[in-house]
This record gives sequence, structure tokens and C-alpha cells, in this order.
Amino acid sequence: MMSPAALSNVTLPADLSLDSGQALSGVSIAYEAYGALNAAKDNAILVCHALTGDQFVASEHPVTGKSGWWERMVGPGKPVDTDRFFVICANVIGSCMGSTGPASEASDGRPYAMRFPVITIRDMVRGLVGLLDVLGIERLHTAVGGSMGGMQVLSIAANFPERANRVLAIATTARHSAQNIAFHEVGRQAIMADPAWHNGDYYAAGAQPDAGLAVARMAAHITYLSEEGLTRKFGRRLQDRPDGSAGAKSFGFDADFQVESYLRYQGSGFTRRFDANSYLYITRAMDYFDLAEEHGGTLAEAFAGSKARFCIVSFDTDWLYPTSESRHIVHALNAAGAPVSFVELSAPYGHDSFLLDVPALDRVVKGFVG
Amino acid sequence: MAQSTPDFGLRPDLAVIARVIPDGSRVLDIGCGDGALMEALQAHKDCDVRGIEIDPDSVEKCVARGLSVVQGDADSDLAAYPKGSFDFVVLSQTLPMAKRPDLMLGELLRVGRQAFVSFPNFAHWRTRAALMFGGRMPVTRALPLTWYETRNIHHVTVDDFRELAREKGARIENSWFFAGEKPVGRGANLRAEFAVFQLTR
Repeated sequence: MMSPAALSNVTLPADLSLDSGQALSGVSIAYEAYGALNAAKDNAILVCHALTGDQFVASEHPVTGKSGWWERMVGPGKPVDTDRFFVICANVIGSCMGSTGPASEASDGRPYAMRFPVITIRDMVRGLVGLLDVLGIERLHTAVGGSMGGMQVLSIAANFPERANRVLAIATTARHSAQNIAFHEVGRQAIMADPAWHNGDYYAAGAQPDAGLAVARMAAHITYLSEEGLTRKFGRRLQDRPDGSAGAKSFGFDADFQVESYLRYQGSGFTRRFDANSYLYITRAMDYFDLAEEHGGTLAEAFAGSKARFCIVSFDTDWLYPTSESRHIVHALNAAGAPVSFVELSAPYGHDSFLLDVPALDRVVKGFVG
Repeated sequence: MAQSTPDFGLRPDLAVIARVIPDGSRVLDIGCGDGALMEALQAHKDCDVRGIEIDPDSVEKCVARGLSVVQGDADSDLAAYPKGSFDFVVLSQTLPMAKRPDLMLGELLRVGRQAFVSFPNFAHWRTRAALMFGGRMPVTRALPLTWYETRNIHHVTVDDFRELAREKGARIENSWFFAGEKPVGRGANLRAEFAVFQLTR
């Protein structure tokens, strides 16, 4: 975990009223911005990040040193062109890269930990809208996001219909399914079963629940990939031994297979940049997400007041948020009379396709953003 | 081409539709392909146009052109649209691909107040001749694909369509017939390669 002190952020002037009935005061929103806001303030694009994402959409991550998570999409001359647009990406509340979350200090000077209120996707969006207010942006040119970012942009369209002219939701859903919730529960239980979790009060302790968080990440990571993708990447190939000798079955429980080694690497790398309690809170927010439920049980009602143009994109190998979920959104938008485009793109990488090399996605994003 | 009959750079059946649809209409183009008609209606008629297209590559092209097109199957997806959502629904060259063209026609006139339906006429003399004298499934200018490649599963003639419209209680407001680029007057069932019908409930 890094200190968030060095990150650019704003403190929201008003308390944030939450769906739980609680309120957060002094909410900090950390964000990155690229390009320039024009005089009319009508060229702003908000990029919303996924569960474990952050504001570093097109710049180097301060902890990992890796390039931005969507640099193939956002930058000068890219489909989301920072030469033309003012692109904002903010860390959601509940997360751990500078926006207020469970690791932040409460009013008593100690970290919130499990005293942090349970938040929803709509609460995250309230935080983002608070940031737009501070930046003086009344209306976004486009709100775009994949996965949990897609949930946020749909939530903006439903709850703040006057704040975005275009809404682009990729590889996402309007509600978490039982299967989605089940996978998240495995992750949460892994964290809470780690003795170092200490009911969330581990910030001052020497040890953090890294083992639990790593297992949570490993389980989730499988859901981001397709079977075909895993087979193509790893098959049943064996991992070279740490001493450099060729891979062989150890007749033990080392990471014999490359896929095991890969998942362990993903899990341990993740603990260096992410807070376990944030993982609990954000997965909870996603599980609570049901856009229809918020609007009287009918998804079309959620979009009834919308004036935005929509584009919904799914991937044929995404079994986390499959195409049927996107179609469900599209049918609701049709019923609401909203202008909507929808395409299921073919890509081998599963849910993670939205982050990876899929040239058709670049063309769709570029065409829709205009 | 005379000033009074602009073709908007469209093939004849689509040009007719683009000419007839009034300014500012709400239009659904089913089987919109690469979006040529949609673009013309947006650019020249200030219409609010939506499309449905089954082929993902065509949908991607439409979205890249800034058009609102949904990848889907008209056989199943029209059900999601409320009654009377559109002033006009266009079904160009897609009717023979419908699972049940008769039910499709009913859906068109539920979703739209009016419908345009265009299709290749299977009773055109070339088609008849190919079958009569060649003894083989016709491969013609209007029906360029072999019987095993074509997605047309319900070939239809001008007279068949008139009969279907009558059975479904749809009123034929207008009709246009073409052989290649040229309009056809009388004897359409024999002489027309393509037909366009304008229907109301």
C-alpha cells in the first residue's frame, strides 16, 4: 500500500449522502486528468474504472510503475483522443488510491476500517458527480467504462441523466447475478479467513491479510479470462523450476503448472497495490448493484428520463457478464426509446477483452465518441 | 437524375424509401446493413433513425459512422419495442430471411405506424426462365447466391406479398417496382426484379 498523499485530489465541499442512510464528510476524490477543458466545458470525457482499477488510466501507476490500464484506448490520437478531449478518471470512493475508503482516516484520526459505511455503485457515482461539480463540468461529452466502470456509467445515465450526452458501457451488466455474487463471496471469505485480517483492523499491525487478498484475486482473475484464453496461454504446460531447470511434476504442491504460477503471481502482485478492506467494500457495492431495483423494478424506467445516446458492447467469450446481460440493457433502452447501439464483439480473452488488444473495440469507441 | 428524384447515392429501393419518408420522422431500419439508408435519412431528412442488423461487422461499421444500430435478430428482438415506437419501419431485402414472414409483417405494423418492405421478386421472368429452362435454382442479378449460400429461406413474389398483406389486413398505400435501376410499370409480377411496398395497419 502506498501513501496517497502525493496524489492529486479534491475534497468535496458537501457531505456525501449514501444509499445506506449514512453520510460521509470531507470526502476526498483522487483523479487524473489529461488534455485540456475547452472554454465551453463541453469536451470532457469521464472514464470509470473497474473493481481493482484506479485513476491511472493513461499514466504510469505510482506503485507498480506499469503504464496506464487503458493506454491503448486513451491518449493523443487514440480512440479517446486527449488532443481533443479533456479526459478525467477518478478513483472511486471505497477504493485505496487516494479517494476516501476504509483505509482513510476517520474523524478520530484512526483508519475507518470496518467502520467505513457500506457503499453502492450509486454512491460511487455521487462521488464522481461531486468531482465534476468541483471541476465546473455540468455535462460530460461521454461517460465510458468497462465492467464495474460500465455499471457506473449506466448509473450516471439513470440517476444523473442530465450529466452525460453519451454513455458507453462495455462488458458490463445492470445487475449482479447469483453467480457474480457467489464468486465475490469466495473472495471476501478468503480475506476474512486470513488471521491477519483482524476484523479489518490491520492497518497499524505489522502484517496485512495478503494471503487472503491474494486468493480473492486469484479466484476473481479466473472469471476475467475465458477457458479458451487460459488454454491458449498455458494449456497444461509445466513451469520451469526456480533454479532454472525445466518444469516437471514435483509430486508436491509447488506451482507445477504455468497457470498456477501465473495466478500466484497475479495474487501476490495485487496485494502490493490494493487494500483488502477496499476489496470487501467494492465487491459488496457491485453485489448490491441492481439498476432496475433502484427504479421500481423495471430497467426501462431507470432510463426513462435519459436524453443520452448509448452504446453497449459485449464480448462473445465473456462469461462473467455475458452478452445476454447486455441485451437485457439494450431491450430496456429500446423500450425507453433511447438511441442505442449494441454490438457483441468477438475476442478470445473473456471478460478482460475490454482491456486488451481488440481492434474492433477501438473502432467502435472511436466511432461512438466521434 | 432529375432534381425532383434524388437518389441520395442509394440503390433504387432504398432511394424510393428515402424520398417518401417525410422530414423529422422516427424510423427503424431492420436489416440496416452498413447504414446507407440511415445515414441518408439523418443527413437529408433530419430523421431520428435506429437500426437492427444481425451481422456484427456491419454493426461495427454503423457504430463507427455514428449511427444507433443494435446487433440483433429481427425475428426475436422486435418484441422489445413498444407499440407505435416509430413512424416508419423499414425492412429492406430481409423479408425472405425471416423465420415467419407473416408474423414479421404483423410486428412491423405493431412497432411502426407504417412499414416499407422491399424484396427480390421470385416471379421475375429471369427467375422463372432459370427454373423452367435450366431446371436449376435460379442464380440471377437479383438473387446472386446459390441455393446453399443464400440466407433467403422464404422466396416470395409480388403477387404472394399482395395476398399476404390482404390476409394480414395491412393496407398497401403505395408500391414501386424495378428491373435493375429502371422503374417497371405494368406486369410487375413478371417484369419486376425488386418490389417496394408501403403499408399501413
